Amino acid sequence: MSGGPPLADLLDMAFMRHALLAGIPVAALSGFVGWFMVLRSQVFTGDALSHVAFTGALGSLALGVSPQLGLLVCTVVVGVGLGLLGGRGRADDVVIGTVFAWVLGLGVLALSLYTASSAGTTAGSAGVSVLFGSIFGLSATAAWTAAGVSVGLLLLLGLLARPLLFASLDEAVAAARGVPVRALGLLFLAVVGATAAQATQAVGALLLLGLLAAPAGAARRLTDRPYLGMALASGISVASMVLGLLASYLLPQVPPSFGILTVAALSYGLSPLVGRRRAGPRSARVRTAGGNRPPPR
Amino acid sequence: MSAVLVQASDPQLSWNLVAVVSQALEYPFMVNAFRAGAVVAVLAGCVGWFMVLRRQSFAGHTLAVVSFPGAAGAVLVGASAVSGVFVFAVVAALVIGLAPVASGRGYSEEAAVTGTVQAVALAAGFLFVTLYGRNVNGVTALLFGSFLGISTSEVSTLVVAAVAVLAVLAVLARPLLFASVDPTVAAARGVRVRALSTGFLVLLAVAAAAASQITGSLLVFALLVVPAATAQVLTVRPALSVALTVLLGVGLTWVSLLVAYYVDYPIGFLLTSSAFVVYVAAVLGRRLARGLR
Repeated sequence: MSGGPPLADLLDMAFMRHALLAGIPVAALSGFVGWFMVLRSQVFTGDALSHVAFTGALGSLALGVSPQLGLLVCTVVVGVGLGLLGGRGRADDVVIGTVFAWVLGLGVLALSLYTASSAGTTAGSAGVSVLFGSIFGLSATAAWTAAGVSVGLLLLLGLLARPLLFASLDEAVAAARGVPVRALGLLFLAVVGATAAQATQAVGALLLLGLLAAPAGAARRLTDRPYLGMALASGISVASMVLGLLASYLLPQVPPSFGILTVAALSYGLSPLVGRRRAGPRSARVRTAGGNRPPPR
Repeated sequence: MSAVLVQASDPQLSWNLVAVVSQALEYPFMVNAFRAGAVVAVLAGCVGWFMVLRRQSFAGHTLAVVSFPGAAGAVLVGASAVSGVFVFAVVAALVIGLAPVASGRGYSEEAAVTGTVQAVALAAGFLFVTLYGRNVNGVTALLFGSFLGISTSEVSTLVVAAVAVLAVLAVLARPLLFASVDPTVAAARGVRVRALSTGFLVLLAVAAAAASQITGSLLVFALLVVPAATAQVLTVRPALSVALTVLLGVGLTWVSLLVAYYVDYPIGFLLTSSAFVVYVAAVLGRRLARGLR
């Protein structure tokens, strides 16, 4: 730590304060949401929504609307739409792939329209910063908004956690006990969409999948206990965010998104060394509920 | 870049289709684009058909995305972009294919590994581009494709890759179909389901890497998923639906290339949109046919 800039005045930098202010709640939310996505086998939906975020942001830039708002509307609408297309509030693999390809194509169109309408260099970097994030470029307003929305979504998901866990582990029994399984699934997809919109500003549309999948994967290897797992996923995600930001601050040539994702992926890769897997009837049941593959036609 | 070329060649779009096609084919880069497009569409169609059947779109997308760090990393160390693309894709396929075995867990673990591989690959690609330091706009071409820069030697590389993958796929086709449709029974009958699955991921990686040369890393889906999904909507007979997939893929690619030559819209947008329209039409057509019966 000796070669880089002194760590003591880290928080004197406005950009670092903003990055941490937005980054920590966004990371906590991503880890929490990601845990449920891995449990429900909906990681691919998250992948699709992260690419929808790209189209949403560039589409609103091309139309001259506020990118933050356009992004949020786009991801939430497409998230719920994907849920409606599939049965029981979940979308089919092929439907996701097809919709996702087209939405991404629209994003390319928006990128080319935006590039054509404004000066070349700034437009090119706008596309790149949507794709790969610009957390060190957040303004105070943007950082406070991202933090506020993320904390709100964290509270909402905290309220949903119990019924959603029930509905994810055993859909049929949950439905029989009066849990609104379909509505919960759709609401969850809306939360995923909103999370994707927030995380796009931090790590970029293409990389937020790592913040969703890697901490959740690590947490599921470390523990089978659901609430501990959710807390662990959030914690690992926040730790990745903070350590990644620090790494990028100390080594200026490393982009912050790369630092964050490297820490997250390392935590996943190293998790089997820490946690010993206990195979039991309980983990077997979780696995069957999570892996409900639709039968091939 | 495309705008300049289009203005220089001064193309006229008319209803005379023969003139429209022959005018586009006067330029070597367009001839190469049509050749490469056909090779990629056939390869992506055949491999994509199995991918759709096995519901492995997520893995397919991830393996396609890996071509971005592959190309960027190879350029950074001074190697050829195409070789980097293939090496990275195959390594990623092995990581995804082998990781769930190592931990002994099921499907949900595979999704988490796949997502992590994808995000790390993209982050690494971004790092390589940042370290390379020049031409950030080139990122967009890598991600979203540009069919204008395909050289004759790249077309030959694509042909070699396609022939190799299709030959292996032809050998594996029967057991793979069995293992995809009913893995439990296939395993009971002595088919090595796990090995087949990893082998298929490697084939998928090579096909996705090849397809990304045309469509860019992010839009490979348009060729891998959509033609196969459309064909599987229209017919349940395997051989017929593979043939239909290939026809649809080549047709959509050629039409999009031709339109992209005359209209200044990105090829990725044209290809994904036309493919999406065809898929929706197929789904609606099937619903209508069922309603009439």
